[in-house]
Amino acid sequence: MQANEGQAANTGGRELLTFTLGSEEYGIDILKVQEIRGYDAVTTIANSPEFIKGVINLRGIIVPIIDMRIKFHLGNVTYNQLTVVIILNVANRVVGIVVDGVSDVITLTAEQLKPAPEFSSALDTQYITGLGTVDDRMIIVVDIERLMTSRDMDLVEMAAA
Amino acid sequence: MSIDMSQFYQVFFEESAEHLDSMESLLLALDLDAPDPDQLNAIFRSAHSIKGGSGTFGFNDMTEVTHILETLLDGIRKNEIKITADMVDAFLQAGDVLKGLLEAHQNGTIADPAPSVEIRAKLAQLTAKGTQQGGEQKTVSTTSSPGQKAAAPPSVQHIYQVKFDKSPAIFPSKAELDNLLEELGNIGKIEKQEIAANSVTLTLTSYASEEDLRDTFSFFLEPEQLTITLLGDQAAEAVSASSEDEQGYGFFVEPEQLQAAAEDAQGYGFFVEPETLKSEAENAQGYGFFVDVEDKTASSASAATAEQAIEEPHRRASDRTPAAAPAAETSIRVSVEKVDQMINLVGELVITQSMLAEIASHLDPVLNESLVNGLAQLELNTRELQEAVMSVRMMPINFVFSRFPRLVRDLAGKLDKKVQLKMIGEGTELDKGLIEKISDPLTHLVRNSLDHGIEMPDERIARGKDPQGTITLRAAHQGGNIVIQVIDDGGGLNRERILAKAKEKGIPFSDNISDADVWLMIFAPGFSTAAVVTDVSGRGVGMDVVKKNIEGIGGRVEISSKFGEGSTVTIRLPLTLAILDGLSIAVGDQLYIVPLSFIIESLQPKAEDIKEISGQGQVLHVRGEYLPIIALHQVFNIQTQITDPSKGILVLLEAEGKKIALFVDDLVSQHQVVIKSLETNYRKVVGVSGATIMGDGRVAMIMDVGALVKFAQA
Repeated sequence: MQANEGQAANTGGRELLTFTLGSEEYGIDILKVQEIRGYDAVTTIANSPEFIKGVINLRGIIVPIIDMRIKFHLGNVTYNQLTVVIILNVANRVVGIVVDGVSDVITLTAEQLKPAPEFSSALDTQYITGLGTVDDRMIIVVDIERLMTSRDMDLVEMAAA
Repeated sequence: MSIDMSQFYQVFFEESAEHLDSMESLLLALDLDAPDPDQLNAIFRSAHSIKGGSGTFGFNDMTEVTHILETLLDGIRKNEIKITADMVDAFLQAGDVLKGLLEAHQNGTIADPAPSVEIRAKLAQLTAKGTQQGGEQKTVSTTSSPGQKAAAPPSVQHIYQVKFDKSPAIFPSKAELDNLLEELGNIGKIEKQEIAANSVTLTLTSYASEEDLRDTFSFFLEPEQLTITLLGDQAAEAVSASSEDEQGYGFFVEPEQLQAAAEDAQGYGFFVEPETLKSEAENAQGYGFFVDVEDKTASSASAATAEQAIEEPHRRASDRTPAAAPAAETSIRVSVEKVDQMINLVGELVITQSMLAEIASHLDPVLNESLVNGLAQLELNTRELQEAVMSVRMMPINFVFSRFPRLVRDLAGKLDKKVQLKMIGEGTELDKGLIEKISDPLTHLVRNSLDHGIEMPDERIARGKDPQGTITLRAAHQGGNIVIQVIDDGGGLNRERILAKAKEKGIPFSDNISDADVWLMIFAPGFSTAAVVTDVSGRGVGMDVVKKNIEGIGGRVEISSKFGEGSTVTIRLPLTLAILDGLSIAVGDQLYIVPLSFIIESLQPKAEDIKEISGQGQVLHVRGEYLPIIALHQVFNIQTQITDPSKGILVLLEAEGKKIALFVDDLVSQHQVVIKSLETNYRKVVGVSGATIMGDGRVAMIMDVGALVKFAQA
């Protein structure tokens, strides 16, 4: 890790926030992350898909919350004090995602990022930018903006997208 | 002066648009047989202000059009030219052309020059014609009064000797002197120029009056440091006004452009102190003109104009402020964004306040008396603040109505119908957001009434009606709603024809369908009963859009009509888009808000009032009516203990003329809620019109009653 950070300054690598879903580790562009908070009082939305948990009041803004564990059938779906919500700022929208846990912030250089094979994870390959390797850990780098605005997520009015 | 002008463009665009609007409404109100001199002056001043502004900003196409417009208006104002209907038409057309040009400048594009060339030719022709006719009756020759040098019309050049101080205290650098000289060069021609150590003497030939000249200097030096001597007047080539006018327009161009340039120079004042100086300059000029034309009545005339102008809300302060009190500013221009931000913040404050009130309600009122009292005071203050802030966004509906006199006039002319437009309650205020959104549907309804409603004059006579039809626009507050009605005394809707059309379109209906339901059919997409499709309406793409737009802003449309006597379209709108009175209801562990305006009553039903209809669900029997029962927990898929309507509460709702009984677990309380859009970060949810934040910080959904009623019909 430390070595990588030193490298970042020289090569201008990408900073990623990594989180876990089940046994997989994912990385998203840190600039898309607004904040990280606990999971609390969610108001359900009638007749919405199961993975859309509902909306929360984030300082006066109504923010939808998506449980990635339900969406991608990964990890244990429990809600407790340790449940983590990553608030994202994608495509001019504020969206929260529930994940198993947030790991750390890493920097990946272009050499460390490899193209993803077809069958690498629960996510469709089209949302995966590549696979990164850091200290024997494999990190699946996700294009979170593309994923969140996709038809799969049902978050955005399709006519507008 | 090298100021970046672009930062003032927006102000100019807004001002000019207002001037154009006021010009148009004044033109329409003008009585052709006995034109009111005050109105003529007001029209002239509008045109003049646009010319001055566009000259300042270098929008020469606009300057040219307004210039010719102004020339003709000036003639009319001075009773040299008699105003005719043709002229009013041409003026209105010129107004349109100017609007087009203005828009083009605003968007940074180049407007098509053809219409402005055309209107210029037309106006010049009218000017020539008018002068010819008016020339013989002319009693006062404006050019033969050299005594009134300050007021002389711009066709005479004055030769001034100008002498002013040039001490280093006033002109610390040469650049500033150059600036002044450059401006003088814009006004007129500097002939002899002697720059001594401490003073400058020059001879200036200009169309500007001495007063104008002093104005120019006033930005550089004190009046006592300046001496202006009028050496004499020099008639411009071909001065004689009548012959010049007859020969057409060419002669005017050069002198007038110079005049426009003079106004440029004055215009700078407006940048220094935006409103006051400009109004002073305008007024000063205005007086100059008045004295000339209307002898001594000028001051009273302008006072009368001022009074009249006050009745027209939001007109430019500089128009209505008499010269005596130029600094009395009564309005400020604020961007809508700032107001919206304020409204949002107040919304947050209201939520915080109710959160505090909620917490305080658990405290012992005796031990915490002062806290409780303080919170009660806070509640009062927040409410008042909220109302005050909301009222900032309120605008009189006149903003929409004011466009209709023109529309009706043009359209009636096109269709050869005689129509008068009555407007009632133009002062009714509603939210700016609503004003913007209501204007298209209303326009459509008025066009429709005119085209389909009002009959041709001979047809009206045959039916024993006044050949002149009447369209009435009425706006009023009614409960928590704004009601806007478009009423015509035309032929009314034809039940048979609509039903025949419905059959043709394959729309199902029962034989004993009520009139109200028949009228609603015309809102179906692609429905038009017009015998002939005109370019005005009748393509059937309108009414469904009208309905959709109005429902989109939380409004409702109703029609009532009597064959042969006319029809009335009634639009009901909420007062504002941002805040809503609602009743919170509980279903399972969820809280929903029902807008109060839809609720008729709430009741705990007796078991015997609930009837089963096989395959149709349950109905409630209340006061002789059977209403379908909609169980909210079923619609929204919520787990709840209460599944028997007689154990819960039924809320009777009415929307789109239909009533339903909504079955919920319990009523919680009544709130004023701030509407938040779900679509900002999510998407539209069926059955929900928005969300709000409750006192405890949780989110609650606001129910879309219209959608629930539709659900009941499905």
